[in-house]
Amino acid sequence: MKRLINQTPGAALNLMLGLLPFALLLLVYIAGSELRLELNPNDKLLPSFTQMGAAIQRMAFEPSKRTGEYLFWVDTASSLTRLALGVAIAAVIGLLLGILTGALPLIRAGLSPLLTVVSLVPPLALLPILFIVFGLGELSKVVLIAIGITPFIARDIQRRTEEIPAEQLVKAQTLGASTSQILIRVLLPQLMPKLIDAVRLSLGAGWLFLIAAEAIASTDGLGYRIFLVRRYLSMDLILPYVAWITLLAFLLDIALAWLSRRLFPWHAQGGRR
Amino acid sequence: MIEARNLWKRYGDNVVLERINMTVAEGEFITMVGTSGCGKSTFLKMLLGTESPSSGELLLDGKPIPAEPGPDRGIVFQQYSVFPHMTVLQNVMAAKAFARNGISGYLFGNARIRAREEARTLLEQVGLGHALERYPHELSGGMKQRLALAQALLGRPRILLLDEPFGALDPGIRADMHELVLELWREHQLTVFMVTHDLKEGFYLGTRLWVFDKLRADPQAPNAYGASITYDLPVGKLDRATYEEIDDNLRPVGNG
Repeated sequence: MKRLINQTPGAALNLMLGLLPFALLLLVYIAGSELRLELNPNDKLLPSFTQMGAAIQRMAFEPSKRTGEYLFWVDTASSLTRLALGVAIAAVIGLLLGILTGALPLIRAGLSPLLTVVSLVPPLALLPILFIVFGLGELSKVVLIAIGITPFIARDIQRRTEEIPAEQLVKAQTLGASTSQILIRVLLPQLMPKLIDAVRLSLGAGWLFLIAAEAIASTDGLGYRIFLVRRYLSMDLILPYVAWITLLAFLLDIALAWLSRRLFPWHAQGGRR
Repeated sequence: MIEARNLWKRYGDNVVLERINMTVAEGEFITMVGTSGCGKSTFLKMLLGTESPSSGELLLDGKPIPAEPGPDRGIVFQQYSVFPHMTVLQNVMAAKAFARNGISGYLFGNARIRAREEARTLLEQVGLGHALERYPHELSGGMKQRLALAQALLGRPRILLLDEPFGALDPGIRADMHELVLELWREHQLTVFMVTHDLKEGFYLGTRLWVFDKLRADPQAPNAYGASITYDLPVGKLDRATYEEIDDNLRPVGNG
């Protein structure tokens, strides 16, 4: 018998072990749900899958009685728009700040301390300020996401810039490259896959800020909806919404990973140097 | 062409190089050997411009060497010399773009077409014509260094600096690379400085061999004295006895 640290699962066992916790959770849920519904058919805490299906059917495939909209899709579209805008703004600003502080010591000296302090401010504590300054509309939510993740992206890109071997910069200079040529031709392309990595890592925080902002002041959105129906203990709607948010997050992550492999084959194949 | 006058290099109390005096004429091929940490790479970096002398002077054509790298001094490192995110062809084309004024370092239109043709020709010459579209991580160590050399020469440098360029290569491939370097040296009329840890390499490659070693040593304070050039020998007139003498000095018995 090999030591435990040397035992690795084969492909089939690997898959099985991976699926096992999901299956167990599902079983526990179904058992608990049936038990409670048997005692009280009006129980709201652990709805059955039929009830959840009905709730989603109502939200996604039947027009709302009040507005005539398909609320599930409206919520999804507005949430994804806010998230995409916020993350895109953060990515652009973060990339610029990161590459400039990482590559130019003069700019690093000027901006690094500020960036460190700003990254320590809890973004949610700024939310009231954002609501006061930008109003309760779309802008304040997008700004919250952008402010929340820009410092992380900027500091990550700064570190990645500093990690690029100095030999490459020296080599470019011996070929006559100017500062801007080095930034644009040597550093920027090598940082793009790192930027995608940083965005993937910061999406979790992005969702957090999105849902927090929607919960507090909004008229649509996935976060708005689950906080709205909380008043009626509508677990039959909240649970599918949470699952849907999780699925969206998962798909976004996969899409970004695919994009990175597709656009930067030299990075994906281990060509880091 | 290059001259050092009582050159010293210190990091704090740590003396790396001391009392370096030498002159080098255009077209010489100098190999530098020495134990690790003896300052030969530091000396190369001073020629490159990424390190500057603590005292004394290092002159190029009578003027101090600029304190940053420039196109008159090409360099090939042991690794990280090529750009990993560009194909072989793009690596060479980028070198052409860097040589021109431009903000982005990309070439457009006719300049791009011309650069591509020239890059192709050059890569055929160094034996990489079959690998134009490959990325550096798909190349062997020898091919990578061929690319790095081709790229370095595109800046049309007068001086070529080589920092243990073949240290990571197999002996057979290293011999091929020696051929290539000698060929390029003659063809482009370069002045070459090459750091190596392989004394044999230094003994038959090039025209002049420098050995870096400490003349003075204080066992209580090993960093109190720096290394200087202890042998300055013309290559070709070297005999077996000298080789063994230097070899013994660099690798004391029981230490290697």
